[in-house]
Amino acid sequence: MDPLILARLQFAVTTIYHFFFVPLTLGLSIFVALLETLYVRTGKTVYKEMTKFWGKLFLINFAMGVVTGIVQEFQFGMNWSEYSRYVGDIFGAPLAIEALLAFFLESTFLGIWIFGWDKLSKGAHAAAMWLVAIGSNISALWILVANSFMHEPVGFVLRNGRAEMDDFLSLLFNPHLFVQFPHVLMSGLTTAAFFVLGISAYHLLRQGESRHGFRISFQIAAIVGLVATLWVIMSGHSQAQHIVQVQPMKMAAAEALWESEDPAPMSLFTIGNEAERRDVFAIRLPRALSLLAYNQLEGEVKGINNLQVEYEQEYGPGDYVPPVAISYWTFRIMVGLGFLMLAVVVYALFLVVGEQLDAAPRLLRFLPWLILAPYLANTAGWILTEVGRMPWVVYGLIRVEEAVSPTVTAGMLWTTLIGFTLVYGVLMIADIYLLRKFARAGAEDTPFLQPGPEEPIPSIVGD
Amino acid sequence: MDLNILWFILIAVLYTGFFVLEGFDFGVGILLPILGRTDQERRVVINTIGPHWDGNEVWLLTAGGATFAAMPHWYATLFSGFYLPLFLILVALIVRGVAFEFRSKDRHPIWRRIWDGCIFVGSLLPALLFGVAFANLARGVPIDAEMNYVGGFWNLLNPYALLVGIMLVVGFTLHGANFLTMKTDGEMRERARRVAWRLWPIVVVLLAATFIFTYQQTDIVHQLGINPGMIPVLAGLTILAEGYLIRKERDGWAFTFSVLTVILTSATYFLIMYPRVMVSSLNPEYSLTIYNAASSPYTLRIMSIVAAVLVPIVLLYQGWSYWVFRERLTTHSELEY
Repeated sequence: MDPLILARLQFAVTTIYHFFFVPLTLGLSIFVALLETLYVRTGKTVYKEMTKFWGKLFLINFAMGVVTGIVQEFQFGMNWSEYSRYVGDIFGAPLAIEALLAFFLESTFLGIWIFGWDKLSKGAHAAAMWLVAIGSNISALWILVANSFMHEPVGFVLRNGRAEMDDFLSLLFNPHLFVQFPHVLMSGLTTAAFFVLGISAYHLLRQGESRHGFRISFQIAAIVGLVATLWVIMSGHSQAQHIVQVQPMKMAAAEALWESEDPAPMSLFTIGNEAERRDVFAIRLPRALSLLAYNQLEGEVKGINNLQVEYEQEYGPGDYVPPVAISYWTFRIMVGLGFLMLAVVVYALFLVVGEQLDAAPRLLRFLPWLILAPYLANTAGWILTEVGRMPWVVYGLIRVEEAVSPTVTAGMLWTTLIGFTLVYGVLMIADIYLLRKFARAGAEDTPFLQPGPEEPIPSIVGD
Repeated sequence: MDLNILWFILIAVLYTGFFVLEGFDFGVGILLPILGRTDQERRVVINTIGPHWDGNEVWLLTAGGATFAAMPHWYATLFSGFYLPLFLILVALIVRGVAFEFRSKDRHPIWRRIWDGCIFVGSLLPALLFGVAFANLARGVPIDAEMNYVGGFWNLLNPYALLVGIMLVVGFTLHGANFLTMKTDGEMRERARRVAWRLWPIVVVLLAATFIFTYQQTDIVHQLGINPGMIPVLAGLTILAEGYLIRKERDGWAFTFSVLTVILTSATYFLIMYPRVMVSSLNPEYSLTIYNAASSPYTLRIMSIVAAVLVPIVLLYQGWSYWVFRERLTTHSELEY
């Protein structure tokens, strides 16, 4: 098999897997810090109980995010050495800053938070969790500085056979970052909100002792969830409008729009023939795409075939069309789930305000399943973002086949691909096992750390 | 001094910091099944590094990020070249990190046994492979005119590299034993001290052997001269003093000298390399240096400002976290892991 395909597959596996854990870390850290602050301010034990309960789940998830993040720091060099050489002058900087500014902060203060319950004052202990939350979210900012450069390269010159940074500030003020960062930040909060809603709903149905705590958690999550979900949708909309300007091919692929149209219709449902670039069956809503792209009922949205011609003139011969079906369907999965979550969270908040939560057991039974929704939406969103940029790794600068490591063979890639997949698979089972166990156990039973067997463990060496 | 030299020093400091801090973490992990005879004792062992292991590991991530930012060709050649060893290191660090967090969260003995195994292997393997990697960096590996490593996997496992790897495994285990002697009390403290005392002569022999073979295998004579200067000599003196301090039960000082040995040994390797960052065994012209592997002066300037601001702050709060958790642990302590 072609090493390029294997390298891409490996990046997809390790990065998608890593991002299963990141959004919950981003959002739940804020949630736990908020609960602990309420505890410090009011002194009510119910907040402490909830801080500890959500803290347990946070820690299990955080560990997975941290260790899978290690791979991210090194795999550009491993599989994408030509890429690293070509843009390292720019791309390396945000990664180093991320480590220095964010990773140290979150890891050190999380250590202090876990082990410091009776070593620090209450206020200082809560502050440690805020620093973890700030660290995690700053880390997201810097990795998105790097990622935004890949989508919209700014602040560089081509010199010495590579891209070199010539304006650090324009990396930080990359327009792409301003539409992407809020979207990611809010999807983290959305993920946490639905996580909390789902598990709280489970406990509200079960009438456990800590019912009161879960009711409070549910209320906070419903409010946070509404704001975050709305914000995700709005920032997603502005991101899409920005993409129409800077990466029109991605939007054309996401809409399966073969030819430029003015006014452009939005696809409601398309079955296409990707090889021949035509529709087999399509229902389209007239003018809707122009409306979404430009906030008015007309305006040309460029189609795939027109853009292909344009790009060939600009960049020379080649295939500039990203995988259309993947772009089209991931876009729909993401947007569809986004609106589903909005509807549910509005309904949930409506019930909370009307104090009718207990009269809606069907919603409470449905919510635990909906924990999966933000995970699917996050994954779909990233697949769209990254696959839709193909064949470019850095838009307009370097193509994927030019970026791969020349010395890494298919055999090496198979080894690591299979290795990572197996290890990640086993860890996922352990992670879900622990999350389920502690999520179902409730706040009062099952201490987090359990004494082990008393009897000596057979030693591997003598005294 | 130009910024290229500054960044060579900074990257050397980051790797050295990683070896000092994660070095005793690895040692503690390797000693886990040896010193922890009951589950509670194992928890004590793990809890001594509980608040710190993750922050210590960030030194490696920062070293990787700094290499990428300041010396992108070094980053590209090293990690695409030392591909499978790096993969093994990553897998080891992944299972080890998860194991710390997961092992005490279920009481089933097999669950705990598996994660303890992950901690042991996940500590031993990276120690070995980092030794192999750095030995090869200094010894030289086949790098072609395009800056690509063309040597394959087995080429890395030469006897000299394996010697340095084993030296690092045993050395870190001693470092960890010193740390445990300092961080625990009662029976565990005595046990850790006994292990340190037994390991010490082995480390002395391995370090001496490494020293001798370094003269044969690297161009240290050309780089540092027959008399290599103070740093390697001090590395030898500190390891000798360490034995005396272990014997005299000066826990804090023994650990301090253990730290010094790690720093001086690591510094020696970077001195042998300087100003190269990867030595080519095919042609000295092909070696990567702090100049031909580096980022542009502009990027180096930006990163220097960033580092000057952030590194002191990081050192301050990480140091503070060690101060917060300065108490010795026993089986009666409140344990979180």
